[in-house]
Amino acid sequence: MTAAAEGSPAFGMTRARRNALLQSEPVQGFALISPTFLYALILLVLPILVVIAHSFWTQNYLTIDRTFTLENYRIALTEPIYRDLLWRSLYISLTVSFFTVVLAYPIAYFISFHGGRHKSLWLFLITIPFWTSYLLRVMSWKVILGYNGVLNSGLMGLGVIDEPSTALLYNSSAVIITLTHAWAAFAILPIFVSLEKVDRTLVEAAKDLGDGPIRSFLRVTLPLSAPGVISAALIVMIPTVGDYVTPKLVGGKDGVMIANAIQAQFGKASNWPLGAALSVTTMLIVTLIAGATVLILRTAQRLAR
Amino acid sequence: MPERPRTERTQTERPMIEIKSVTRSYGAFKALDDASLTIKEGEFFSLLGPSGCGKTTLLRMIAGFDNPTSGSISVDGQSMEGIPANRRPTNMVFQSYAIFPHLNVEQNVAYGLKRLKLAGPEEKRRVEEALAQVSLTGLGKRLATELSGGQRQRVALARALVMRPKVLLLDEPLSALDKKLREQMQVELRRLQQAVGITFVLVTHDQYEALAMSDRIAVMFGGRIAQVASPKEIYQRPVNRQVADFLGGMNFVKAEIVEENGASLVVDTLGFGRIKTDKPKAFVRNGGAATLGIRPERLRVLWDNATAKFEVAGKVVERHYFGEITHLIVEIPGLEKPLSVTETNDFGADDIPVGTSIRLAYDPEALVAMAD
Repeated sequence: MTAAAEGSPAFGMTRARRNALLQSEPVQGFALISPTFLYALILLVLPILVVIAHSFWTQNYLTIDRTFTLENYRIALTEPIYRDLLWRSLYISLTVSFFTVVLAYPIAYFISFHGGRHKSLWLFLITIPFWTSYLLRVMSWKVILGYNGVLNSGLMGLGVIDEPSTALLYNSSAVIITLTHAWAAFAILPIFVSLEKVDRTLVEAAKDLGDGPIRSFLRVTLPLSAPGVISAALIVMIPTVGDYVTPKLVGGKDGVMIANAIQAQFGKASNWPLGAALSVTTMLIVTLIAGATVLILRTAQRLAR
Repeated sequence: MPERPRTERTQTERPMIEIKSVTRSYGAFKALDDASLTIKEGEFFSLLGPSGCGKTTLLRMIAGFDNPTSGSISVDGQSMEGIPANRRPTNMVFQSYAIFPHLNVEQNVAYGLKRLKLAGPEEKRRVEEALAQVSLTGLGKRLATELSGGQRQRVALARALVMRPKVLLLDEPLSALDKKLREQMQVELRRLQQAVGITFVLVTHDQYEALAMSDRIAVMFGGRIAQVASPKEIYQRPVNRQVADFLGGMNFVKAEIVEENGASLVVDTLGFGRIKTDKPKAFVRNGGAATLGIRPERLRVLWDNATAKFEVAGKVVERHYFGEITHLIVEIPGLEKPLSVTETNDFGADDIPVGTSIRLAYDPEALVAMAD
């Protein structure tokens, strides 16, 4: 190396510079992430750009008119049907994230504080439902909530109702129940992780300073596990807004969500630009809500002190 | 929690904590084995012992974080059985300090006061007062993460003191601090205890810490209490070799009992000749043999032609220099183990060459009999 460098200084210089470049941390970092980065670029960023581009165009029967227009957004935001679908999607996903977190917290708390030596076994048990397909899990809710389903026959057997109730299936409540169950594990895990990080001596210190179990939970354990609660809520909320399969299978006429409308625009209705505008609108609203949630919870946490 | 009148130092003979034959078993293992102890009101009491001796278990049982398998604990005349930690008149300074990370210093200190539902200004006054007691005035708005180790320790102390407990429990509070800060805090803790007059119970494995701060010390080994006495008594008259060893260096000398009567023993030793010594309270005669002990600093080098009433002659075999003192290892004819001698360096003990024959002066009173 030194001999070559002495023999031809110019060559040595470039080689040294190239070596320095290859050894610099940012370059090495980019090199490491480049396969994933390219993958994400081609399969995520490009399609999104295509969708955004489409949302400003117009469908002209079989061809696409590429003159810039905001007409699709006007329809997406003002047409009552799309507005209602968007509201319903948001209502369903926020309700689902609320119930999922509320139901997941006690489970995560139990595993973290009382799991003892069997913590990993408990976590393993929680993943069991994922061994079957999501479709099968949704279908099993159909069996439970259906007209001749488990719940109806059970209630009739007990004499609570005289004839099968139709209020159980094919509406937004059915969608909420199914999604809450389906996303439970995704909420349990982040809450569990943040509870694991709570120093147990802090809980003892709270007791020592006069707090009973409930007060020490509210004043120490809950605030310190808030990051897990926030991430659990977001992890559930963001994907459920755009859920398509669940409303399709158990939602019926009253449980239709925005994703079903988007699918229709890209399919039967064959209006890609409108479908694209609906997608972009949903995406932006979800982003706003996610940001707002983080902000509100942070403020609440600060005020709760 | 009842308000405690603020009085000056109140060490009385009134028992504050009574521990009656408390045992704590975990399966077949006994973390604490039939421990009985009385801690007086206003006393600075230390539980001293190596790790695993049961001292922390005992402290946690006084605090209410653990319960005795058998036996009873009472605080201020009231049995603690079935009373949870949050309703006991005790407060604790945790080894890790357990400062709430989501609260600032003021909020940490006020944490326990919130339940007392004090008026706003009164609460503020007490928080300020507690912060002043531990010299943290002006740091109230800092977050726990912005504090140094020593400051966190002070916050933990203020948070417990502000509750005005009958008993303050300290679980190795100084172990995470560096040496210099630790020594400074020893003095401060002792001063603080004198000022507030609250009964302090300190758990520590550091014998100097216990000796420097306590009114009385309980030395514990393997779940049992070996000796309860004042620091001086513990250091000078340890009941057995284990206690003697744990409290610092000790030269052990084998002896033969010549005469035993009420309060004294007359023994024959090979190196020190015939010695008359006080008989320890719990002395159990084990055949004709006994063990005597003398601390290394109780042996003094005799210079030049100086003489002493009691002296032994020997030869220096090793010398270790420690700055202000020097350790000499001196072989004495007749003794199976050489004596270790600690001499201050002001007369040049650090210049005594290895191999020199020297004479050592001692006080026969410093030779104490003890159980094996």
